[in-house]
Amino acid sequence: MSFQIKKQPTKYDVCIVGSGAGGGMAAKLLADAGFKIALLEAGPDFDPANEEQRTQLRWPWESPRRGAGSTRPFGDFDMAYGGWELDGEPYTQNSNTEFSWFRSRMLGGRTNHWGRISLRFGPLDFKRKDFDGKGDNWPIGYEDVKPYYDKVDKLIGVFGTKENLPNEPDGFFLPPPKPRLHELYIKKGATKAGVPMIPSRLSILTKPINKERGACFFCKQCSRSCMAYADFSSSSVLVKPAVETGNVDLYVNAMVREVLTNGEGEATGVSYIDKEDLKDYEIKAKVVILAASACSSARILLNSRSAHHPNGLANSSEVVGKYLHDSTGSSRGGFIPELLDRERYNEDGVGGMHLYTPWWLNDSKHLGFTRGYHIEYWGGMSMPAYGFGFNTQALKEAIGDTSRNAYGTGLKKDVKKFYGATFGMAGRGESIPRKDNYCEIDVNTVDKFGIPVLKFNYNWSDEEVKQAAHMQDTFEEVMHNMGAIPLGDKPGKESNYGLEKPGKIIHEVGTTRMGTDPGSSVVNQYNQAHDVPNLFVMDGGPFVSQADKNPTWTILALAWRATDYLIEELKKGNV
Amino acid sequence: MDRRESLRTLVMGGMASSFFLSSCVTDKESPIEEGDIIEEKQGYGRTPAEIERDEDLMSETFFTEEEMAIITSLADIIIPEDEESVSATEAGVPEFIEFIVKDIPEHQLPMRGGLMWLNRESSKQFNMPFVETSKENQLKIIDQIAYPQDFEKTSPGPTFFRRIKNLVVTGYFTSEPGIEYLDYRGNTPNVWDGVPEQVLKKHGLKYEEDFLKVAMDPANRGEVMNWDDYEI
Ligand SMILES: Cc1cc2nc3c(=O)[nH]c(=O)nc-3n(C[C@H](O)[C@H](O)[C@H](O)COP(=O)(O)OP(=O)(O)OC[C@H]3O[C@@H](n4cnc5c(N)ncnc54)[C@H](O)[C@@H]3O)c2cc1C
Ligand code: SF4
Repeated sequence: MSFQIKKQPTKYDVCIVGSGAGGGMAAKLLADAGFKIALLEAGPDFDPANEEQRTQLRWPWESPRRGAGSTRPFGDFDMAYGGWELDGEPYTQNSNTEFSWFRSRMLGGRTNHWGRISLRFGPLDFKRKDFDGKGDNWPIGYEDVKPYYDKVDKLIGVFGTKENLPNEPDGFFLPPPKPRLHELYIKKGATKAGVPMIPSRLSILTKPINKERGACFFCKQCSRSCMAYADFSSSSVLVKPAVETGNVDLYVNAMVREVLTNGEGEATGVSYIDKEDLKDYEIKAKVVILAASACSSARILLNSRSAHHPNGLANSSEVVGKYLHDSTGSSRGGFIPELLDRERYNEDGVGGMHLYTPWWLNDSKHLGFTRGYHIEYWGGMSMPAYGFGFNTQALKEAIGDTSRNAYGTGLKKDVKKFYGATFGMAGRGESIPRKDNYCEIDVNTVDKFGIPVLKFNYNWSDEEVKQAAHMQDTFEEVMHNMGAIPLGDKPGKESNYGLEKPGKIIHEVGTTRMGTDPGSSVVNQYNQAHDVPNLFVMDGGPFVSQADKNPTWTILALAWRATDYLIEELKKGNV
Repeated sequence: MDRRESLRTLVMGGMASSFFLSSCVTDKESPIEEGDIIEEKQGYGRTPAEIERDEDLMSETFFTEEEMAIITSLADIIIPEDEESVSATEAGVPEFIEFIVKDIPEHQLPMRGGLMWLNRESSKQFNMPFVETSKENQLKIIDQIAYPQDFEKTSPGPTFFRRIKNLVVTGYFTSEPGIEYLDYRGNTPNVWDGVPEQVLKKHGLKYEEDFLKVAMDPANRGEVMNWDDYEI
């Protein structure tokens, strides 16, 4: 191995690190504007239409493990190259805390398999502190981001319905698919319980929005990434057209180590390791955009130390890595007796729920906890995979069926009878960001590329636990009102009411927070580092708070807003 | 047009060709080019590291011949052939179990130990290993572990039975004949237009009128969305 550092000859206008939601958006806009871009991605190239990579429309028996999660954590057909653990790339924990970090290493990052739930933050979500006194307000409000949400809707596509709900802003919605049978049942119960249920908002094309991408053909497999490009994956929807402009040099398997700086403390480019030849390379650019996902970008900054930036780059405030926060999550499964022995038809629909519950208690002051949650639902006659049928006995017990069909033809018939009668609900809530939940560099541990790794420290507070308790009560009430039978025991205090461990909902954000005060925030309202004007962060890092909404639509809108600003600054010669 | 291209055009071409594709996917008798592509077995979208892992697992053998014989007879006791569908062994369940215990090693010890336990129980009660004893005797043991008395519920037999039953059931219902028997209708391009009318009726449910006005309309789902008259 040679240790000579190679320099890529071209000097780029902009170097973008990471090709997920944020990086893809920046690449597309900058390429369209004619700038010369280097896009660096730690994983391999990926295209859902590539026959060699396709998992969509495959049958469970094509996988020898029948889709089990032993190779890919969300199942053999899931389109994430990565998972909670990556070979040779560990992360560590401070004692007594546990944070799970999901990384996907491939072109498009985690947008190839994400749930496509595409929610705008509402006016309240940017200013929660004004209402409950906790956490911090964003330096911007809904009206600043609204025009960009509008543009994202039109460029990428999202279905939904105009509902006129105060904190769930409407968008440019494609027509929504009709609900499935279990969703109609749940809605009946929810309505009785005073819990609203409205059409979901997913970035799936129920109608085409241009000639380059097809319409959804309803296979329920968006987590496998769509070969017709009918769902949003950054790889096919943003990076592909960006590369086609001819303005983007795509470097795959390029693991960025740090941002390079000059004597004045400005960014001059990045250094990366080519995973193929394990050699070090440098790329020079006028501007650097980090979009490697919230924690990865914080890691790159903290590892970019120099005389000018002894704590890491853009970190004079010492809040890089701090205020890490994930959504809360808690769930419960149930069983609908009316769906026993149900009539068969193709119920796949889109890759996700057709109805969901937005947070409905913004006006309640006495819940005992501060922030809200939305509810996601699953169920229906889905394609079997490993694990299918494991719960047959439990289902029989739940409905008091004492027939002896533990084996034989009777068992076979039972499995068939129970098929499609189970469903589930999962709350996804807002947590309050705290400085003492963070990631930092573990100086004692390096990954296989010799890069110091992240160490996490994260605890839930009473707020999140109480919120999970409320979720569980709501689930039971809805199930009761729809005539369903809840499965298993109701999670109680001993399990924090089923509250998932931090990181598990994979909405980790906040590590390079946005603010007006350089003393307490990392970037300004345009995602530009206070300390380093030619450095931007365009993933979930700049989030001041995460709302109960899944983060990606906001990552995309903010990346667009930041890129518009950057283009102006480049034109003016300011950066 | 290369084959991948042609598939894409098909899928992207909207409803009509989606149906076309869907018939190609299922209709194996009259292969046409596009159908070929979907049917083509060139792995199942693995990365090089995953191919290597699969090959490593495939090259090992975990169960002995004797153990496989017990698994095979158990599999067919748990899911036998009947007038509607084939047996577990015909659906390839024993081969699946051999693979999955290598893939998910937590299964190995309880499976191997459970099989030993079963043989010992058979020798104790009938003086013969499980596969050699009569069908009647086999079922006697199975009944003991499938329908344990309260005091037996936590003994190794029932615990083992639950595990192998789960593996047999899951292996069966994820196989081609199992899915056919289950009558799962999806995994094929189609146009979702809601729960069929007669099913809605049977359940006393209906779609709200206001919703139907804005819901996806199969008739125009191929047209590129036009935002001209859209206001928010
Ligand atoms: C199962 C699942 C379901 C989800 N569902 C939803 C949902 O329904 N709605 C929603 O809004 N969000 C959802 N999310 C979250 C969503 O995936 C993320 O919010 C989004 O992908 C974040 O985008 P990003 O650009 O910040 O990072 P990523 O998508 O993670 O992309 C970062 C990219 O940077 C690359 N990278 C990292 N480090 C380096 C380095 N050092 N050098 C070079 N490249 C690097 C990575 O390989 C990756 O490709 C889900 C996530 C998961 C896992
Ligand atoms: S559900 Fe629709 S958008 Fe999602 S993968 Fe299937 S065809 Fe594509």
